[in-house]
Amino acid sequence: MSARVLVGVKRVIDYAVKIRVKPDHTGVVTDGVKHSMNPFCEIAVEEAVKLKEKKLVKEVVAVSCGPQQVQETIRTALAMGADRGIHVEVSGKDYETLGPLQVSKILAALAKKEQADLIILGKQAIDDDCNQTGQMTAALLDWPQGTFASEVNIEADKLKVVREVDGGLETIKIKLPAVVTADLRLNTPRYATLPNIMKAKKKKIANVKPADLGVDVSSRLEVLKVDEPPQRQGGVKVETVNDLVRKLKEAGRI
Amino acid sequence: MFPACRYSLQARKCIRALKVVQAEHVAPQVYSTRCSSSTVPRITTHYTVYPRDKDPRWEGVEMERFADEADVVIVGGGPAGLSAAIRLKQLANQHEKELRVCVVEKASQIGAHTLSGACLEATALNELIPDWKERGAPLNTPVTEDKFSILTEKYRIPVPILPGLPMNNHGNYLVRLGNFVRWLGEQAEELGVELYPGYAAAEVLFHEDGSVKGIATNDVGIGKDGSPKDVFERGMELHAKVTLFGEGCHGHLAKQLYKQFNLRENCEPQTYAIGLKELWVIDEKKWRPGRAEHSVGWPLNRNTYGGSFLYHLNEGEPLVALGFVVGLDYTNPYLSPFREFQRWKHHPSLMSTLEGGNRIAYGARALNEGGFQSIPKLTFPGGMLIGCSPHTHTHNKSAFFTFLLTIVYSALFSFQSFVSFHSPAPICKELTVASQRAPSCLSRQFLDRISFGVGLDSAQLKPAKDCAPIEYPKPDGKISFDLLSSVALSGTNHEHDQPPHLTLKDDSVPVAQNLAVYDGPEQRFCPAGVYEYVPLETGDGMRLQINAQNCVHCKTCDIKDPSQNINWVVPEGSGGPAYNGM
Repeated sequence: MSARVLVGVKRVIDYAVKIRVKPDHTGVVTDGVKHSMNPFCEIAVEEAVKLKEKKLVKEVVAVSCGPQQVQETIRTALAMGADRGIHVEVSGKDYETLGPLQVSKILAALAKKEQADLIILGKQAIDDDCNQTGQMTAALLDWPQGTFASEVNIEADKLKVVREVDGGLETIKIKLPAVVTADLRLNTPRYATLPNIMKAKKKKIANVKPADLGVDVSSRLEVLKVDEPPQRQGGVKVETVNDLVRKLKEAGRI
Repeated sequence: MFPACRYSLQARKCIRALKVVQAEHVAPQVYSTRCSSSTVPRITTHYTVYPRDKDPRWEGVEMERFADEADVVIVGGGPAGLSAAIRLKQLANQHEKELRVCVVEKASQIGAHTLSGACLEATALNELIPDWKERGAPLNTPVTEDKFSILTEKYRIPVPILPGLPMNNHGNYLVRLGNFVRWLGEQAEELGVELYPGYAAAEVLFHEDGSVKGIATNDVGIGKDGSPKDVFERGMELHAKVTLFGEGCHGHLAKQLYKQFNLRENCEPQTYAIGLKELWVIDEKKWRPGRAEHSVGWPLNRNTYGGSFLYHLNEGEPLVALGFVVGLDYTNPYLSPFREFQRWKHHPSLMSTLEGGNRIAYGARALNEGGFQSIPKLTFPGGMLIGCSPHTHTHNKSAFFTFLLTIVYSALFSFQSFVSFHSPAPICKELTVASQRAPSCLSRQFLDRISFGVGLDSAQLKPAKDCAPIEYPKPDGKISFDLLSSVALSGTNHEHDQPPHLTLKDDSVPVAQNLAVYDGPEQRFCPAGVYEYVPLETGDGMRLQINAQNCVHCKTCDIKDPSQNINWVVPEGSGGPAYNGM
């Protein structure tokens, strides 16, 4: 099969790090904070590499949007088995306001440029929890989508995707080209071992600007304020229903 | 005494029990419980204790490792390792020679496992990178004010610092060492050093003649029970003409090298302290950038070595770095360095600074305390030890002999100095690394402790029955905090499905000895809550629970365990704390 897979990877603050709001309340502190590849993106990369190992796809291209540091994330994808990388340079204010809509436009443009047959993304990023990029990318390309995938199989020119939905598991068959977003149980990502990191240094990462792809990354959203969630107050136990009604009235709830 | 290893496990248990009875006169009921012990739940599964070549689950698993060659391999991307790498590349460029220098670092990014006070003397940096200021080295806070005090429970007695004494900090910089190390990493990369954060050196490799051949990085994908997972992959071997070990205080490979090459045969045993540190954003009105404060005294008693530091940093926000150091030669097993630290913050002189402030970081690390006499032999065929790994601050020597009670908390790093050493590499005939130590010495109650060679820290604990438990105040959640919320702030984490890296030589010793005789001191000296004695599911007796995921890689347990049963080995790379500019 001569299929080419595009995998999107996002560099996010590591899940074990305690987040701190910036003193000016415009966002969270990121300087010097430990970052790593979004866990769902790791699963996406693993799936793409597995497909290549099964000889169902020919080439895996890892893509990331952001400043210089995202190159480390692309390198990790390369070390896991991706063939080459594309770094879409977005930095400064543009990067702070970069959201799913702009990324989808970038991925759609890249998919056309690279003639990709399949796009695999993580289902959501752990920093914004949007769960929108995969769906928007499919819509922009007018491609079918298999989201929350826990199993992916290529059968001839169709994709059989088992989706994890609220009611259980749903199996769908979609035509290629398509967009798939990876859920937790799709696979267990392999480690990026040192020999592979060393080999990855020789793999190519192309630099591209959004303007080169004809994409405008300006945001239609303005973040007014970022705050920590309010401190959780202790609850109060009440003895009788009358007490409960009284307390609710006192709190102005009823 | 007769070599216990030649005897069966049962016999060894009885011999050990007998030793304890003879030495400690343990009450009869404790003795009998130990001898009639039911099966001890399995704690340790690491292959360093249970080799894989004898393990049926590992039959047929491909164990060959990919190997690569470099000229110099450096273990540890801290100040020593990175300075050595930078200097080597500078020399290579000067002599127009090719030199492949590789640095392996267990933290996921350079600086993430670095923790220090810190007060940096720039002399060495001036020699290493003279244009550090233009290159943006994060030395932003020159010391403008130096304060030293002796604390009592309610009062603060100021002690004047005279110029010329080693504790005088004027001309030095207060730094966030993690940020400095990160900057050093950038300088190293610019010079062409290959940096590999996220990969831990797990094994030293030897040539047939016994000289050091290089290192092997950690295997990945071993399950908690010690069996191979689907994603199992062997580590990689890095062979080098010279291997430098800069693991910091009490490195786990350095421990092996001491034994292998008898590096400690002509020196005193090393003694250590544990340093705990927090970063606070305080009320701007209380902020005095450039002020360095140190104290001794309360809450420690006359017999416990230690003291505090509080540095006002000048980095934009009103940030202070504060911390507490406790000598690990303390004798009371009920002492908790973490709780002494939290308690110290409630001193009236501290409260005024911290009130209204916010804690944003926490961490801990062991540090070297022994002086010149504790420095081992540093070189061996194929490599050498650098930085804190072998030893510590030369200023300590003079501090031993001063009779003023003073404290200057060390910057925890030192550059190794040597004129030349024998290396098989024709390229590096002469290596010079700028050497300097930041002034340091922790307060020593000099009048009480004139003796050297007190012995190993682990041997200093008295049995619990001979000591009084210490009543620590409850944390108030504003100035002082509980252990678990502190550990969360360190950002530490490990892949949970891997063998615990706090390995025990004998799983039965913790309950039989540590708990029985010393009331489980590891519950108290671990600054991360790794060790917990919990009741057995069957109801009778206790077992040790090791929460390996919490570990902040401080190495205190390996140092202070009275049974010397705990052997800290390196977990899968990338695990551990996520310090940011500590």
